[in-house]
Amino acid sequence: MATPTITRPTPRTSTSEGIRRPRKKMTAGKIAALVVAAFIAVLWLIPFAWATATAFKTETDAAAPKVSWMPPSGFTAEAFVKVFQDGNIPLWTWNSFYTSAAITAITLVISALVAYALSRIDFKGKKVLMTVIIASIIIPPPVLIIPLFYQMLALNLIDTSWAIILPQVIHPAMVFVLKKFFDQIPRELEEAAVMDGASRVRIFTQIILPLSRPILAAVAIFVFIGAWNNFLWPFIATNDGALLTLPVGLQTIKSAYGIQYAQNMASALLAALPLILVFLFFQRQIIKGVATTGLAGT
Amino acid sequence: MSSSLASRRSTGQPDIATGIQPQPTRRPSRSRTRSNLSGWGFATPFLVFFLVFLVWPILYGLYMSLTGKSLTGANDSLIGFANYAEALADADMWRSLGNTLYFTVISTVPLVLVALVMAALLNVGLPAQWLWRLSYFAPYLLASTVVSLFFTWMYNPQLGLINDFLSKMGLPKVAWLNDPNVAMWAIVIATLWWTVGFNFLLYLAAMQNIPAQHYEAASLDGAGAWRQFFSITLPQLTPTTVMIVLLQILASLKIFDQVYQMTAGGPGGSTRPVVQYIFEAGFTGYRLGYSAAISYIFFGLIVLVSVMQFAVTRRRSA
Repeated sequence: MATPTITRPTPRTSTSEGIRRPRKKMTAGKIAALVVAAFIAVLWLIPFAWATATAFKTETDAAAPKVSWMPPSGFTAEAFVKVFQDGNIPLWTWNSFYTSAAITAITLVISALVAYALSRIDFKGKKVLMTVIIASIIIPPPVLIIPLFYQMLALNLIDTSWAIILPQVIHPAMVFVLKKFFDQIPRELEEAAVMDGASRVRIFTQIILPLSRPILAAVAIFVFIGAWNNFLWPFIATNDGALLTLPVGLQTIKSAYGIQYAQNMASALLAALPLILVFLFFQRQIIKGVATTGLAGT
Repeated sequence: MSSSLASRRSTGQPDIATGIQPQPTRRPSRSRTRSNLSGWGFATPFLVFFLVFLVWPILYGLYMSLTGKSLTGANDSLIGFANYAEALADADMWRSLGNTLYFTVISTVPLVLVALVMAALLNVGLPAQWLWRLSYFAPYLLASTVVSLFFTWMYNPQLGLINDFLSKMGLPKVAWLNDPNVAMWAIVIATLWWTVGFNFLLYLAAMQNIPAQHYEAASLDGAGAWRQFFSITLPQLTPTTVMIVLLQILASLKIFDQVYQMTAGGPGGSTRPVVQYIFEAGFTGYRLGYSAAISYIFFGLIVLVSVMQFAVTRRRSA
C-alpha cells in the first residue's frame, strides 16, 4: 500500500542515516516498548540471578523450605570453594577448550581450502562435489551416532580426545558460507599475482585469506560455540572421567552432588562463565557472526 | 570383454589404438590437468574427513539397519527389513516420534513469535542496545546441561522459585517435571529461554536491512508505528520468517539434550523424544541394528522437512 510513495522525492536523504526511524512524536510508544523490553529482559535474567543467589548460599539455606532471595545466614562462597576443591570443573573446562579449539582450527582449514577450490578452480567433478557437499547439509548428527560409535570402537579411538574432535570437523554449511564469500572477492586481485607467477597456494594464503578475515571469524565463532556446548556426541564418545567436556561432566555432578543445590548452581555458573565472558568482550563480532552464518547452518 | 581387456593389460602389450586416442584431448589442455590436480588437491583434506566421518558412517548405518548387529556382538548377518518392520510396529517408537513432533509444534510457535517481538521492540530504537542483546541472547551461549540445572532447580516442586511465586499469587503449585501433562511444556519454556536469542538475532539483522526510505515514505503518508510494522516490516521479513520457521523445525526435531537431562524422558515416557529412543535402543538395549533402523526413519522425516526448505529457498533466490 505504501509502495507507490517510495518513488516520491525524499528531500532529506543526506540526513536519513541519522534518522533511521523518523518518529519524534512516538515517544509514548517508545516508552511502552522500553517497558516491555525491560520486562522481558528481567524475565530472561531471573534464571541467572536465581542460580547466582543459590550458589552463594549455604547448603542449609539453599534447601530451606522458605524460598528467599536473602538467606538468613548471609551469602558465602562456600559452594564455590567446595566445587573447586573436589570438583573437576577446571579439568572439564580445559578439555572443552582444547577440543573445541582443535575442532574449530581443523574445520576452518579444511573448509576454507575446499571452498577456495569450489569458488576459483575449474576442475573435473566440481559440480558433483558441490552437490554432494550441499546435499550432506541435511544429515542430522543424531542419525550418525550409532555408526560413528561403532566406527570409533573399530578405530580404537573411544575414550580419546580424537573421538570427540574428528567427527565434529565437518560443517558442509560452513563450506558453502565460505564459498559464497570467496565468490564475491574480485578476481582482478588475483590476476596480477598470477602474472607474477604466484602459485595457487600463495594466492590463497596471501590474497584470499587476509581478505576473508570477517567471514573466517564468523565461521570460527559459530563452530566454536557449537563444539563447546555439544552434548550428545561427547557424551557417547567418552566414559573416561579425565576426558569429559564441560557439558558432559556437568551431567555427572547431578548424581554426585544430589541435593547439594548451592554446589549444583555454583558448578553451572562456573561452566557458563567462559563463554559469557567471551561474549562480553566480543559482543559485536559474535552477533555479526551469528547473523551471517545463522541462516546457513543448523 | 572385460577379461580380454584385463589380460591385455596384464601382458603389458602396448595398445596403439587406445594409447593414442586420449592424446589429442590431453595435449592442448595442460593447464586443465593442472587445474584438476590443484582443485582436487585443495579439496582433499576436507574430502578425507568428509568420507571417513560422514559418508562412511551414513552408509554403514544404512547397512547396520539391515542387520541384527548388537553391542554384545551376537548377530552380524543381514536380516533384510526386519528391523524396519519391527520399528513400524513398535508402539514406543511411535510414541517417541509423536513426542518429538509434539515438541516441535509447541516449541516452534513461541520460539519464532517471541523472537519477532524481541527484535521489533529493539528495532524501535531503544537506548542501550547492547544490554537488551546481552540479556536476550546470553542464554544461547550456555551448554544444555547448564540450562537443565538452572531449570530443574527453578521447577523444584517444594523449593523452586516458580512454585513459590505461584503460591504467593494464590495459585496452585505445579509438579512441573513430574506431571505428564505439564512436563513437555516445562521443557518448551526452558528451551524458549535457552535458544530464542538465536532467532532474535536473525530477525534483528533482517529488520536492520530494511531500507529506511520505506519507513520515511510511510510516515510521510501518515502511517503510525503499528501500521508501519504490519504493512512494511512484516511483509519485508517474510523470507526471513520462512527460513527461521524451517530452521527452527529442523532444530526442534533433533530435541534430546534438555529432555534427557531434565526428565530422562519421563514421567512414564511422556517426554521421551525419538533421538532418545535411538540412543537407548543402541546403548542401553545394545541393539545397534534396530537403533540404526529407527535413525533412518527419523532421517526420512528430516529429509522431508529439508526438501521443503530447499524448495522454499530456491523459489526465493529465483
